[in-house]
Amino acid sequence: MKQYFKDLDKAFDNKIRLGIMSVLMVNEYVSFNELKQWMSLTDGNLASHLKYLEKVDYISINKSFLGRKPNTKYRATKLGKNAFKKHVNALEKILKGGKHNDVT
Amino acid sequence: MKRNLQEELTHIRIMMERSTRFLSLSGWAGIMAGIYASIGAYYARKLIYNSASIEIYFDIKDGSMSKGLLYLLAIATGVFLLSMATALYTCSRTAKKSGEKLFTPAALKMLYNMAIPFITGGVLSIILILKGLMGLVAPITLIFYGLSLVIASHYTYRNIKVLGILEVALGLLAACYQGYGLFFWTLGFGVLHILYGTLMYLKYKQ
Repeated sequence: MKQYFKDLDKAFDNKIRLGIMSVLMVNEYVSFNELKQWMSLTDGNLASHLKYLEKVDYISINKSFLGRKPNTKYRATKLGKNAFKKHVNALEKILKGGKHNDVT
Repeated sequence: MKRNLQEELTHIRIMMERSTRFLSLSGWAGIMAGIYASIGAYYARKLIYNSASIEIYFDIKDGSMSKGLLYLLAIATGVFLLSMATALYTCSRTAKKSGEKLFTPAALKMLYNMAIPFITGGVLSIILILKGLMGLVAPITLIFYGLSLVIASHYTYRNIKVLGILEVALGLLAACYQGYGLFFWTLGFGVLHILYGTLMYLKYKQ
């Protein structure tokens, strides 16, 4: 069980970043405002976590304009998706292991 | 530590659901739509069987809309508009309760994708009426409505697919038994809606 702890990703030890990544796993792309609505966050808070994920190359940003309004779209990169899968796998394995330990 | 991790998994699941599915669907929307449809069907039946009913089917063939047919269309339109208004109201109440907006991206995606078979069925029905093929309207509306529900099930509660398939099956049956259109229509839009709405209400308490 212990060996799985090292598979937990530091980028996802924050609930907001984990939430952003969960959303991007099941949506091709999402906008800033959609993310804000789902996670009920302030602009600044959300932006800083998006920046973090961009820095480690887990998400990519596509800036464009819809008329005059800026329309920023976020996608998960392949690297990000794999990291997320690994993280979730580790979570599940640890939890299973934990249950086993409870019994014995 | 263990509890924390369990919470993380739950959080992931919730975020995935929230961002892809419209979950503010209210059982009341179904129940009320079913009641409106049943009342509408009752008046339609009265109209067809009490008055000089045959006119409704034959007037149209020489290009003139009979009064009876216009009444029928008015009833159908009324049932449709009332159902939509009630759905909007009950679903926005459900959304408010859970602190969400009604028109989330998932809700819009659902409506957009539903609209394709829904509008196709509506336009086809109008064409059939204008061509004097009234008998096909009940099966066509049931089938296309059922198909739009099957599509909607990808963007809201999955179990609405069952309702969709039942509507399609009723529509196919209605096509086999010409002349019983109103009966199948009442079953599909009235009884099934009330049943599904009640089950939905009991299951999700909304």
